[in-house]
Amino acid sequence: MTCSEFTEFLDAYLAGDISPAERDEFKRHLAACKQCVDYLATYERTVKLGKDAFEEPGCDVADKVPEDLVKAILAARNRK
Amino acid sequence: MIPDPSWPPGPLRFLAPLLRATVIFMADGVQVAASDEAILVARLRQGEASAFEELVRGHAPPMLAVCRRLLRNHEQDAQDALQDAFVSVFKAIGSFEGGARLSTWLHRIAVNAALMKLRAKRRRPERGIEDLLPRFGEDGHYLEPPAPWDDRVEAAETRAIVREAIDRLPEGYRTALLLRDIEELSNEQAAEVLGITPNALKIRVHRAHQALRTLLDGRFREAHQ
Repeated sequence: MTCSEFTEFLDAYLAGDISPAERDEFKRHLAACKQCVDYLATYERTVKLGKDAFEEPGCDVADKVPEDLVKAILAARNRK
Repeated sequence: MIPDPSWPPGPLRFLAPLLRATVIFMADGVQVAASDEAILVARLRQGEASAFEELVRGHAPPMLAVCRRLLRNHEQDAQDALQDAFVSVFKAIGSFEGGARLSTWLHRIAVNAALMKLRAKRRRPERGIEDLLPRFGEDGHYLEPPAPWDDRVEAAETRAIVREAIDRLPEGYRTALLLRDIEELSNEQAAEVLGITPNALKIRVHRAHQALRTLLDGRFREAHQ
């Protein structure tokens, strides 16, 4: 397995979407390739950072809906 | 059994949701939220005006947050999408079967409304993602070897950096990543919303992760040095 192949199927590897034989091959490559260890670590951190990026207070459910907008939505329902 | 939605009458009407929730809590422990939802749906189907107001006030904030995320915080577009979403809700509430949670159903409608708005605004051809993918030599080795990242970046600063990087992804990849990782749709659900196959969706999300990693690499590797 090359580094290029490793990165190509990385998502499938992390999702457990590959055969036991392919998983063994991934592990053998990782044991021998420090660069792919670093790539894997930073890739996994990227996925986690992406998932956490919108969890800040003030950018999710705490967001207020402007009162004018609520009234416009309810008025649209009454016009239906 | 659905309690009579007209009880209690007159000025005590505002207590109705609380009283119903209490009755159900006493009868069935932790099922309060789900039962409240079933009652709300029943009242909506009966066309009760206060139920529609309750629905909008209670569920509009998370739906607006979805629209803002998908529409890159363009406030007017997000508000327009939210209005469109509720027009769809008002039309379709009669066909809501209750098999799914109401909040899940509303979330899906908000996603669709935001994507419709996004498609309507997309005029330029989509930028490619190739420049943001890892590059390899003919022997399959990295042309730019990966390196570890710094852990010391403050959480709030990191979130802002990551949101900014997500916004720099080509639109189709950004949307796929948001639907799967942030809005937590399954591969199948996200693929259906985008009109692509689940396999194409998986590839798109993987490319988005790789590109996002490349964009973040510059920031976090720099901080390390």
